[in-house]
Amino acid sequence: MSSLVLRAGPYSVMVERRTVLVSLALVGAGLALALAGLCRGASWATPSEVLSALAGQGDSVVVIRDWRLPRVAAALVFGASLGLAGAVFQNLTRNALGSPDVIGLDAGAYTGALVAITVLSGTAAQLAIGSVAGGLLAALAIYVLSLKSGLSGLRLIVIGIAMNAILTAVNSWIELRAELEVAIAATGWSAGSLNGVDWDEVRLPFLIIGGLMLVLVTLSHAMHQSALGDELAITSGVGLNRLRLLLVLVGVGCTATVTAIAGPIVFIALAAPQIGRRLTGAAGVPLVPAALTGAVLLLAADLVAQLLLAPMALPVGVVTTAIGGCYLIWLLFREVKRP
Amino acid sequence: MQAAILVGSAVLLVAVAGASVSVGAHAVPPAEIWRAFADFAGTDDHLIVRDVRVPRTVLGICVGAALGASGTLIQTLTRNPLAEPGVLGVTAGAGFAITLGGVLGLAGSQPAQLLLAALGSALAALVVYAVGRTAPLRLVLAGVALSSVLAGLSLGLRLMLPDVFDKFRFWTVGSLAGREQVSLTLPLVAIAVALVAALLVTRPLNAMVLGEQVAHALGGHTGRTRVGVLVIVTLLAGAATAVAGPIAFVGLMVPHLARRLSAGSIPWLMAHTVLLGPIMLLVSDIASRVLLPTGEVPVAVVTAFLGGPVLIWVVRRYGAVSL
Repeated sequence: MSSLVLRAGPYSVMVERRTVLVSLALVGAGLALALAGLCRGASWATPSEVLSALAGQGDSVVVIRDWRLPRVAAALVFGASLGLAGAVFQNLTRNALGSPDVIGLDAGAYTGALVAITVLSGTAAQLAIGSVAGGLLAALAIYVLSLKSGLSGLRLIVIGIAMNAILTAVNSWIELRAELEVAIAATGWSAGSLNGVDWDEVRLPFLIIGGLMLVLVTLSHAMHQSALGDELAITSGVGLNRLRLLLVLVGVGCTATVTAIAGPIVFIALAAPQIGRRLTGAAGVPLVPAALTGAVLLLAADLVAQLLLAPMALPVGVVTTAIGGCYLIWLLFREVKRP
Repeated sequence: MQAAILVGSAVLLVAVAGASVSVGAHAVPPAEIWRAFADFAGTDDHLIVRDVRVPRTVLGICVGAALGASGTLIQTLTRNPLAEPGVLGVTAGAGFAITLGGVLGLAGSQPAQLLLAALGSALAALVVYAVGRTAPLRLVLAGVALSSVLAGLSLGLRLMLPDVFDKFRFWTVGSLAGREQVSLTLPLVAIAVALVAALLVTRPLNAMVLGEQVAHALGGHTGRTRVGVLVIVTLLAGAATAVAGPIAFVGLMVPHLARRLSAGSIPWLMAHTVLLGPIMLLVSDIASRVLLPTGEVPVAVVTAFLGGPVLIWVVRRYGAVSL
């Protein structure tokens, strides 16, 4: 396969031509969907109106820049973040099913966020810390419980499914215990929804996700190296334990930050890395296509959720469940054919 | 020894049933429970006992026995320690079938609902079993995948059609509360018949545990037994889901507890299951009434909280090994 080498001073990166083309196509699809998302509303705007409003001209500047843009931007950034989290955990467990939503990290992050709301006062910082702490504790519990004469990917995943069931039960108990206003907010939230997102809410999460993405860029080479096998990774100079710890921290951070704002949006983290991998025909689970596919998937799902029952908006989690669940069944059917 | 344990379980079940009649938002003293039947005076206490608590307890006993027995049957038949009607997507299949029936206007009468639930659970069980039969852990993954898809589709259908949403709102949580207005005669009779059949099928199943070839050589009809067991399982799980909504993990926990008591005999295992299932569900139901100061938690939440650790324990104990 033909590949390109990009050089800048002492640094050089080798990328496959197909990866570049697919990534560009995904960016184009994302931009087109974003434009559609900005046009959509109680009164539809034309694309030219949207573009002039983005430049600060016309009557609908407030509607488009302050009301619609945050939601579209949140769908793109959160989708990318979930796709990355999924790619990180699928690389760690070396299994297509090992994504944070299947093994209960979303549910753990949501538990942390619920505790932050009900016990503490529920400021943005408390929400973020609570959800990251919840996700990390869930990850730690699953890891410790699945350690038994070595780490088996499949056992870890089934234990994660059990953890998911327990945490979901705990979450609904907390929701039922809480006062009415909190409970109503939390229930709409629990399906995963981007309804009513505004700039003030997303500023901090965007910063955190940006920082985590930078960390991930520095780790990505070692991560792909370790996916070749423990022995090979150690021989080629990867500090495996430190790398795993960092990757778990970053992965949980990515998924927990999204959960703190939008609730547990399931199946994006599961499907996006694998779809991106198949589109690019890459070995392993590459990060950039995973992030781009996640962004496109979540934005598309959000548009479908808003259009399907307009003027009522479905929680986007319902749509991602339908998409991702069908994908999951296909994945399992394919596994059956394999001996 | 086995008989003594069985009598002990029966005594425990009676005690738990008594507690289930007595405990709740309005506690009824035991003496009043007795008087509600022996010397009915129409007081509030008596009405609560006769019209609310006793039907709920009877329902809990039947649903618990049905879920436990179907779990035992399916674990024994597939020789998979992780098999369970909830985990295998059987209850989600029943739920989806009932929702779809509601959308198409077919789920009006109770026999129709029961039939739909049994059909849905049978189809879901077949799909999951076809995908996951090669390995115990894969069976769980297939079941979870199908359950989440069916649950998402059901939720979507209900959100799109407010009438259906209203009809099934109370049902989708998995709870024993508020079922006393619905006539329960038909589903409970179906469960009772299926339970008797489940006890009868244990003898041929006992031979199947040794492996299909051995069972065949011993003169068993393996094909007939397999079909019979699957019919009973779908009937039990479908009827239980039709009356109580999706309640997971009871069918997983109970057989593992009962297996410790039954010393490898399938008929005894089934007998213990039929008593332990109701005990487990009634205890969960009592917990669901006292866990909140203001109201009730759906019992499915309590069983998931208790059952999750059991699933983890089973994975660590058996791993990918067959029973």
